[in-house]
Amino acid sequence: MKISEIRDLLDAEVLCGDDLERDILSACGSDMMSDVLAYVKNQAVLLTGLVNPQVIRTAVMMDMICIVFVRSKQPSAQMIEFAEENGLTVLTTSRRMYEACGKLYAAGLKGNGEVNE
Amino acid sequence: MSEPLKFTYPVDGDNFTSAGQASVQVKKVLRRLGLDPETIRRVSIAMYEGEINMVIHAGGGEAEVLIYEDNVQIILRDKGPGIADIEQAMQEGFSTAPDNIRSLGFGAGMGLPNMKRYTDDMRIESEVGVGTTITMRVDL
Ligand SMILES: Nc1ncnc2c1ncn2[C@@H]1O[C@H](COP(=O)(O)OP(=O)(O)OP(=O)(O)O)[C@@H](O)[C@H]1O
Ligand SMILES: [Mg+2]
Repeated sequence: MKISEIRDLLDAEVLCGDDLERDILSACGSDMMSDVLAYVKNQAVLLTGLVNPQVIRTAVMMDMICIVFVRSKQPSAQMIEFAEENGLTVLTTSRRMYEACGKLYAAGLKGNGEVNE
Repeated sequence: MSEPLKFTYPVDGDNFTSAGQASVQVKKVLRRLGLDPETIRRVSIAMYEGEINMVIHAGGGEAEVLIYEDNVQIILRDKGPGIADIEQAMQEGFSTAPDNIRSLGFGAGMGLPNMKRYTDDMRIESEVGVGTTITMRVDL
């Protein structure tokens, strides 16, 4: 699924990142960063309601390519800058976690545990 | 064998916001050296988890990364409270993190198991009241 499709499905706002045609292969929704760090998959998107610099660092450590903040969470300018430096696309949506994940899943984006690399 | 490349980073225990910065630096170094992405990811995640642990459980410490021809070693030293029962700490889901740490996204009890999973070798030396040293190795 392309990042642009995620944006459209979630009515999300793009906070940084200009290549919305990049392909996302799997997704992970969590507010616990070590849970996220337990399941490495390529070209993943992270959905989270947590906003602090560790979210961006976690995504960078894992080579993720996109972060979606749910419930209209707004990362700081520094967080966005750091994400941009590392080639991450950052989106924010007013949807809640359950709805956001459900919409992407229903549109065919699989979870981290279901994708075989 | 030739001398390893050695990098040392202080890890500030009073500043959660900066926790993980040493790992970010190491990731950059490994990229510059041209290591393969999967190896870089394993080293980065293992070190990041260890670095966060030093900040939230041990009041900070020091991280050392040694890059040899055939492996990368990560040594994390702190003078924190130590780990009384290492076997218990290694179990998935075991955490002593307080609620304020959980609200920052940590305390799932997954860090040490992740560090073991992503490395080829991991050793924990710890003495209660003295500190903890964790040594990890990722083969190239
Ligand atoms: N450097 C350390 N010094 C003292 N205690 C530690 C240290 N590292 C880990 N521990 C202890 O081991 C427990 C398990 O660590 P682990 O990293 O697996 O989980 P966590 O840090 O509590 O949560 P998570 O890593 O999922 O965010 C910790 O809760 C803590 O009690
Ligand atoms: Mg931990």
